[in-house]
Amino acid sequence: MLTFIVRRIIASLFIVIGASFIAFVLVANAGDPLARAAQSQDPTVRAQLTRSITESLNLDQNVVVRFFLWLKGVGGCFVGKCDFGKTIQGGDVTDNLGTYLLVSLRLVLAATVLALVIGVAIGIITAIKQYSGFDYAVTFMVFLFFSLPTFWLGIILKDLVAIKFNNFLNLPGGPTFSATWFIIMSVFFGLLTFSILSGTLLRKLAISLAVALGVFLIAFYISETHWLLNPSLGLPVIIVLSALIACGVTTLTAGLKNRRALLSALITAGIGCALWYPLQIFFHDGMSFGKLMLLLLIALVVGIVVGILVGGDDRSLNARTGAFTALGVAIIIFVDRMMRAWSTYSSLLNGRPLRTQGQVTPNLQGDFWITTTDVLVHLFLPTITLMVISLATHSRYARASMLEVLNQDYIRTARAKGLTERTVIMRHAFRNALIPITTIIAFDVAGLVGGAVVTESVYQYRAMGQMFQQGLLQVDPNPVMAFFLVNAVLVVLMNLVADLAYAALDPRIRVTSS
Amino acid sequence: MTTVMPSLPEQGAPDESSLEQKETAGLSQGQIVRRRFFRHKGAVASLIVLAFVMILSISSIGWGFIPGWYKWGYNEVLRGYQTGQPTLQVWPFSSSFQWGAHPFGLDRLGIDWFAAVMRGVQQTAVVIVVMGILSTAIGVTLGALAGYFGGWVDSVLMRFTDLILTLPTILITAVLGFVFGVRGIWPVAFALGLLSWTGLARLVRGEFLSLREREFVDAARVAGASNPRIIFKHILPNTVGVIVVNVTLLMAGGILVEAALSFLGFGIQFPDVSLGSLISENATSFNTRPWLFLWPGIFIIVIALCINFIGDGLRDAFDPRQKRIPKSKDLRSSREEKSKAAEGA
Repeated sequence: MLTFIVRRIIASLFIVIGASFIAFVLVANAGDPLARAAQSQDPTVRAQLTRSITESLNLDQNVVVRFFLWLKGVGGCFVGKCDFGKTIQGGDVTDNLGTYLLVSLRLVLAATVLALVIGVAIGIITAIKQYSGFDYAVTFMVFLFFSLPTFWLGIILKDLVAIKFNNFLNLPGGPTFSATWFIIMSVFFGLLTFSILSGTLLRKLAISLAVALGVFLIAFYISETHWLLNPSLGLPVIIVLSALIACGVTTLTAGLKNRRALLSALITAGIGCALWYPLQIFFHDGMSFGKLMLLLLIALVVGIVVGILVGGDDRSLNARTGAFTALGVAIIIFVDRMMRAWSTYSSLLNGRPLRTQGQVTPNLQGDFWITTTDVLVHLFLPTITLMVISLATHSRYARASMLEVLNQDYIRTARAKGLTERTVIMRHAFRNALIPITTIIAFDVAGLVGGAVVTESVYQYRAMGQMFQQGLLQVDPNPVMAFFLVNAVLVVLMNLVADLAYAALDPRIRVTSS
Repeated sequence: MTTVMPSLPEQGAPDESSLEQKETAGLSQGQIVRRRFFRHKGAVASLIVLAFVMILSISSIGWGFIPGWYKWGYNEVLRGYQTGQPTLQVWPFSSSFQWGAHPFGLDRLGIDWFAAVMRGVQQTAVVIVVMGILSTAIGVTLGALAGYFGGWVDSVLMRFTDLILTLPTILITAVLGFVFGVRGIWPVAFALGLLSWTGLARLVRGEFLSLREREFVDAARVAGASNPRIIFKHILPNTVGVIVVNVTLLMAGGILVEAALSFLGFGIQFPDVSLGSLISENATSFNTRPWLFLWPGIFIIVIALCINFIGDGLRDAFDPRQKRIPKSKDLRSSREEKSKAAEGA
């Protein structure tokens, strides 16, 4: 195993160097970096520009020599002294790389995590309900998402959805839905529930009707109170949602019949709700991202401790249930606080809050919550654009892998020995179906930085992809090579991680040192 | 179905495998695949729609020596029709159906947009076909060699695949475009074909790795078959399913990659057009002339969707592991047949 890893890492190093060399030669042949300088009118300026660019890019040297000079600078990363060279304007690529990489990760992280969770959930449900109406509808939607050009979707969202939504908020009578929208929403959610549920027709009908009615009432409330202008949840709604989360998490992890698990989930939810008011004071000033993460960590620890204190036969199960519930409740309290900042934020932007360009509003004055809202609003549409595509891939893979597992003999055995359907699906099928999905996750992470080039371009996000695209357009080799190197290292590294993860998770697969 | 079913004494649910055997009894591999494919309704419908789109685009403005029936050409600049509004009227948006003089409207220069979109469909088709052929040739060859010979050949070829995997397509098209001085369809098609075979090579390698251990390969070798003969005559036909399915899906993805390249400024550029370049040139005019942006987009989605569905149908048809779970209707009819047979006996 160790020799396998070492050999692969050494091979990977050579691959990256070889690929960099090819890319370097290609970039050198993709245009003339001096073309821009040659256009300037004044002969002295032209000569000066040409000289300085030639000097900083070593253009008087051979391509191979230039590559090794570049490699020497980059190789400094191993001793903590990176040097990715200079742009043709004279900027430092190493500094740019740092900032752009952070923005890129921020953009891509949320999209990846959300796409993964939602995609896998959809894939599992469609596999369980194979050949149902829900399965066919989702399959069609997924294929449609597969066939959407990213930038086409991005422009539609930016120029149609965002503008319409901002107009909707500014309607003279306030944001109110028309009767058609009420009907569409209620019928949609009713049908959705009906197609997912299983059981007798009467039960399905009753629950679907209840859901449709509930959606109607919520939509009516949102519309009548102009909730979208100044949204908030308030303590009662938080309590109801927390209880729902506690029950939902317990249903998935242990089943509602397991009273101890249910108890630990409910206690955790209760603690969360009780802390809501004190937290508001804590949130009021001096908030930072670090404190937020600390609070999340505390919430998880509280969930685990509650689970262990409740005790019983299976403490780790209780702890898991508590932790997941704590996560859900923490997110709800966070969302509630974000909603309170919405109205102020909206008025700062002249009532058109859904922004579509760049990564932050320039010169925005406000506390932590306002700036966080600003970042999240700017992330909203790009995240959807990125998510839709990878969601399709994930759900398809999850479905195929789940179907394969469900056809295995051990699932039949599990059912035959009388386990509940929840245990069979969650413990025997789901966990094994996740093994092939890890490979997809690894590849997805590798494609992260490079995959957002188009989305960044649509939403004018200044990040890695833009650095690459602009570098190529302006025939500026160093930023292009910086992007290439980061991308290549990620791809090669994640390939290795995928192989190792697969071997670690699936005992049937053994890595041989060949 | 003339196969005689052994009549079982009990009247319980029929065995799934017997149902499957009954369906495939007496058929050749090709017939089974064709039958399974035509049972996939989405794939068949997609095949029809795709054929319709291709015939429409070739017959309307013509292709090569084929004359077209449409009155404007894709490079004919028309004047005197100022707003350029589309004249097409279809049911949900208006009460009557009307084709009109310029069904998809005109662009800013005065080019009939229907003709331009049809031209885009043709050029996009050329790009993805060239790309499909290239990547199949490279991917299958390298995958087969790596999987069949194993050892250092495998290591070298797979590391080479890893290396290609790291090269971004944009870079290659930028270089080819600069070197050839134009960004027509050929540099883009070649760049796509030269870079997109990596997944296929890995899959073919995997298939070869498992197939070369099988008895029929040993038998062929004992009978004195040469390596090329074993590769091409014995193993390759067994991997056709995997190859066909993946090339299909690769081509569907290729349309989108081509469009994205155009959008970023490294794809096909005027005067050559493709669906992707038509959209990206008009990306900024979404608010003034949305039809210039929407129509090529709709055609891209329709074509990619059709190819994806066809690929799904092919996968169902070729992959024996994708066992079709019998619907309750099938089970019921088979049960009735059985009970009839039992009564007759």
